[in-house]
Amino acid sequence: MTQAAHYAPDLAPPPTLEVRGGRKNFGAVHALRGVDLVARAGEVTALVGDNGAGKSTMIKCIAGIFPFDAGEVFFEGRPTHISSPGDANALGVEVVYQDLALCDNLDIVHNMFLGRELKKGFRLDESAMETRAAEVLASLSVRTVRSIRQHVASLSGGQRQTVAIARAVLWNSKLVILDEPTAALGVAQTEQVLQLVRRLADAGLAVVLVSHNMNEVLEVADSVNVLYLGQTAAQVRAQDTSRSEIIELITSGSAALGAPPVASASTINDAPNGSTPA
Amino acid sequence: MSTPTVSRNDRNDAPPSLLAGSVEQPTFGEAVNNYVSKVRGGDMGSLPAILALLVLLAIFVVMKPETFPSALNIANLFQQGAVVATIAMGLVFVLLLGEIDLSAGFTSGVSGAVLATLLTKNGAPWYVAVIGALITGLVVGLINGTLVARLGIPSFVVTLAMFLALQGAVLLIIGTGGNISIHDPVIVAIQNKNVPPLLGWAIGILSVVAYGVSSLRTWQLRRQRGLLAAPVGVIAIKIAAIAVLVLGMIAILNQERSLHPLRVSIIGVPIVVPVIVTIALGLGFLLTRTAFGRHIYAVGGNAEATRRAGIRVASVRMACFMICSSMAAVAGIFAASRATSVDPNAGGSNVLLYAVGAAVIGGTSLFGGKGRIIDALIGAAVIAVIDNGMGLLGYSSGVRYVVTGAVLAAAAAVDALSRRQARSTGRG
Repeated sequence: MTQAAHYAPDLAPPPTLEVRGGRKNFGAVHALRGVDLVARAGEVTALVGDNGAGKSTMIKCIAGIFPFDAGEVFFEGRPTHISSPGDANALGVEVVYQDLALCDNLDIVHNMFLGRELKKGFRLDESAMETRAAEVLASLSVRTVRSIRQHVASLSGGQRQTVAIARAVLWNSKLVILDEPTAALGVAQTEQVLQLVRRLADAGLAVVLVSHNMNEVLEVADSVNVLYLGQTAAQVRAQDTSRSEIIELITSGSAALGAPPVASASTINDAPNGSTPA
Repeated sequence: MSTPTVSRNDRNDAPPSLLAGSVEQPTFGEAVNNYVSKVRGGDMGSLPAILALLVLLAIFVVMKPETFPSALNIANLFQQGAVVATIAMGLVFVLLLGEIDLSAGFTSGVSGAVLATLLTKNGAPWYVAVIGALITGLVVGLINGTLVARLGIPSFVVTLAMFLALQGAVLLIIGTGGNISIHDPVIVAIQNKNVPPLLGWAIGILSVVAYGVSSLRTWQLRRQRGLLAAPVGVIAIKIAAIAVLVLGMIAILNQERSLHPLRVSIIGVPIVVPVIVTIALGLGFLLTRTAFGRHIYAVGGNAEATRRAGIRVASVRMACFMICSSMAAVAGIFAASRATSVDPNAGGSNVLLYAVGAAVIGGTSLFGGKGRIIDALIGAAVIAVIDNGMGLLGYSSGVRYVVTGAVLAAAAAVDALSRRQARSTGRG
């Protein structure tokens, strides 16, 4: 309980994921020069920043595609080292990439279970997979898909995003990272996906949402983490901040407006017991 | 700050439509409508090939009513089509990846040559020779697969090189102008002997009953679990169609087809037919009912997504090339059995191109991710019927090649057009 919650002296459980001082170099390029992140169960943590700020590198480090060079990672309060995608999956970390990584020629069930098929002996257990997929989609209140035996090719962008997200939560995952899930979607579909993101957090998962869209961030996030040139500018509670403050953090790395709880780089001001905004 | 428009406790309590048990089962009419709209949407499967086959059969029956539908000629068709069908089934695995294996024809030739050498020159028993031929195929597939999957060389180039090398290998094994004849009774029997009529009936009836029981059981199980299942009428029609086809063929092939029935009696289903059916069922099971088969389709659909799902894409590719070459080896055994000899041209000339044509005519996509084992069999039937029927009509090989080429081009055009149609109707 000691290392995980420096601003939460009492009762609060350790965050699902905490990164402290994460660094990543690609040769001479310092992609990440000290990033911090706290992602709590039941919350949506938005990860924002300008192009090239290091958002993608950071989620790839967390997902184990390439590990941090330096810095500490705590998962549920315990120090861990995620060095491969397998490590991340074993911890319960799932990433939904921007390109969704779906196979168009397979149906929804097969996509959701790709690589982790349920089997009876060496046969696929189609009934079990279909039942389980239907349960997960129903638990996410997905009502837009006509049949789960449809090929993914016939789905709309929002439906495809839904399938990708459903696949990520199929495995009792604890932390779901979404890389710009609404970037390619229309208004109505964006709204559907955001509701889904919210429901994931309400179901008790920790959600990290990478996004460019300020309205979306303020609409759905509980906490906002801002990256600036490979460093964490601040992580602030969504209800304590404003659009202009976040934009200032994104563009200059610090908020000069003197708005209340903005921490300087490398410290995190993230009250875990903050009440849920109305 | 802006007011959140999504309620933070937005627990949706509307009844989830996808929950098991609440699926609306389609009626017979709806199922037919669904199929029609699926075909209209560009997802035709092997429908064009089946239609083409029916048209061709009708034409040849009308033009050669005496000879074409005779028991003798139908048995001939199976024996002629066996080699192409077997190679085509193997090619489906490679085509599903979006790759090609140009060496499959000569792989069958080399395997046949190995078989013949082991049998005739080394006096090995038939099973040793068969194992030798299969290992030959596996090794060829291993080399092809390694070069394609591990080194990343395009399969067109790798298998073209293998095609040339194996053509040489056949010559080296047999010698220019040479010919190794085969006398082993087991190998010769595959393509030249028949299943006893009663045994044929027994196998046929048992297979139809087994198919019927298992599809009805699957249907019942899915209904019980509340999963989407085809209407029982559709399943009954499928079972009836299979029964008519299988039992009808057995009835025809169990007729006397010897030209001199008093001297020698030829009666029964050629042994190669149940062998091919068994292989097809095994490969079909592998493709549709196992995780490995699912991964083959996934690699053909989106290799990068498959890799990220934790599947070893290179291993899947290697395995497909090895299956393809092994099937070519089996075809080599069939070819050697039919000719009762192996010559330096074994597996050459049009064998490979007919096999690729068969897979594509049947509905296997050259772009990967789409195709079934049954497609290869239907396509092989189309090619065998063209070859056989036009031969009976007295056309030269030249005309037959031109017609076969035209049919292949038509099949590829159907594939391309149905893809375009599928894109425009959102079925991919």
